[in-house]
Amino acid sequence: MSEAVIEAKGLVKKYGQLEAVRGIDLEVKQGEIFGFLGPNGAGKSTTISMLCTLLKPTAGSASVAGIDVMHDPARVRQRIGLVFQDPSLDDQLTGRENLEFHAFIYSVPAEHRRERIDKMLELLQLTDRAGSQVRTYSGGMKRRLEIARGMLHEPQILFLDEPTLGLDPQTRRNIWTHLNDLRARTGVTIFMTTHYMDEAEYCDRIAIIDKGQIVAQGTPDQLKAMVGGDVVTMTSSKPEDALEEIQKVLGVVPTRDDGTLRMEVQDGRKFVPRLVRELTVPVDTISLRRPSLDDVFLKLTGRAIREEEASDRERMRAMASRWMGRRR
Amino acid sequence: MSVETAAAPKVAPRAPAPIDTRAASLRAVYIIWYRDILRYWRDRWRLVASLAQPLLFLVVFGSGLSSSLGSGGVFGSRGGLSYIQFVFPGIIGMSILFTSILGAMSIVWDREFGFLKEVLVAPIDRWAVAIGKALGGTTQAMIQGLILLVLAPFVGVKLSLLTILEVVPLAFVLAFGLSAFGVMLASMMKSLQGFQVVMNFLMMPMFFLSGALFPLTNLPGWMTFVTRIDPASYGIDPLRRVILSNSGLPSAAIDRLGLTINGQVLPIPLEAGIMLAFGFILLGVAVVMFQRRD
Repeated sequence: MSEAVIEAKGLVKKYGQLEAVRGIDLEVKQGEIFGFLGPNGAGKSTTISMLCTLLKPTAGSASVAGIDVMHDPARVRQRIGLVFQDPSLDDQLTGRENLEFHAFIYSVPAEHRRERIDKMLELLQLTDRAGSQVRTYSGGMKRRLEIARGMLHEPQILFLDEPTLGLDPQTRRNIWTHLNDLRARTGVTIFMTTHYMDEAEYCDRIAIIDKGQIVAQGTPDQLKAMVGGDVVTMTSSKPEDALEEIQKVLGVVPTRDDGTLRMEVQDGRKFVPRLVRELTVPVDTISLRRPSLDDVFLKLTGRAIREEEASDRERMRAMASRWMGRRR
Repeated sequence: MSVETAAAPKVAPRAPAPIDTRAASLRAVYIIWYRDILRYWRDRWRLVASLAQPLLFLVVFGSGLSSSLGSGGVFGSRGGLSYIQFVFPGIIGMSILFTSILGAMSIVWDREFGFLKEVLVAPIDRWAVAIGKALGGTTQAMIQGLILLVLAPFVGVKLSLLTILEVVPLAFVLAFGLSAFGVMLASMMKSLQGFQVVMNFLMMPMFFLSGALFPLTNLPGWMTFVTRIDPASYGIDPLRRVILSNSGLPSAAIDRLGLTINGQVLPIPLEAGIMLAFGFILLGVAVVMFQRRD
């Protein structure tokens, strides 16, 4: 229905011998919320950096807002808003001052500055705290301020690299509400990366990246349809025996993670009673659910997305900034 | 909302007017400078602390050394210059030296805390960052140095309005040269790790060898040499000559305590010119370094 605002063809980024991104094709349409999903180190940030002209691709081509990222990076940057993975606010300044700074360096016309700053503060519900120094803000407020800042020069596309990393679930939901709201009010296209699979549900379309390559692309429902039927998980005190028995008796091959067995079946509601009836080994718990994007990822890559690495990094970062923060 | 523009693909519905990069960069210089000033005023403790240090130096060096140097040497009692009078402009110079280098080097902090990224990805030229930061450091250092002039009556230095008017541009020149130096250092540093090294092996020697604390005459040969290649010498010497010019002392005597090359006293405009040239060259280096980094 509308034209593509991001187009990438065969995008490659090499760091010496290491191939971080190995030939990516993407198409994002005007007004979409597009999610770029994958585990840490999959090449998400590298890809987004190339699209934002922060990194030069080793090979391939990309155009953003109709402009070639290789030929005219400056014009691309005028048309996009950026929210980085790492915090990039001046926490000695107030929220409003941070926005004023941005309005200046992005050449927002003087007559629009105040009005746009007020509008963005209001959209992201920061009006009350606009006069406080950013160091007094919570993590979620800082993120919202960064989103407000990214939107200040009225970009056509807003890029967000892991905007919800390290935030608690409630704050994450809140950020998502705001992003949806922004899209509805301004028609901005949103391109974001995340490694929280549950967040992809908010996206219109997603691409899953693993080891520098896109392994699947589509709407969340389309992707979930790749996992046939339902997901049944059970725990048992004798997982080996259970595994063997399920394979033999029920003809299903479960995957095992310690004491937990996980299987994909056509009709879960009928499968569970059979499972209980026919197994002789002790069954502790059984659960049945619709497939999630985690299941899609697991099916496509054979691995579960691990969130621990991220939270470790987060903790270190938080520690570092707390320690350094005092010396500013 | 893009239905009516569907016929004209590749054209953004709200395509912003192309930005005049040069005008944008000049605006950026202003706002980068303004941010530094804002932060400077907001950080009251730093302000107080940075005034306390020169005061301490004045009291300790001034009073302590004045009495022991009082009778002999160049600081004679025969209508001559006391050490505290001599060191007063040096302390102002010290204040300018540390504030400007540290102020400009706050780029390293900005990099560490992510703010620099916000600036570097903006559609502006990189030179704007170097110049904005250099001017920010210059302004802070000038305020920091000139404010110390209020202590003049307490150390027996008489100032006239004319003296003060002459001191301002000289303070600017010194602050600018050293701020440019700070920006250049910052452009080469990736993290805060090298910071201590810079502090101990560049700023401290620069200060000690600048003639702020002792006259640059009758020094051993090697020291004469290094004090003459210390750029801060060329900024502190004219400050001293102007600040002390109104104190009823023979100007020739003051000049001879300062920076001479082969026994020749340098004219103040030449010294200021050397300092300015130093600043512009280093700022140029900083701009190149900033443009080169990915």
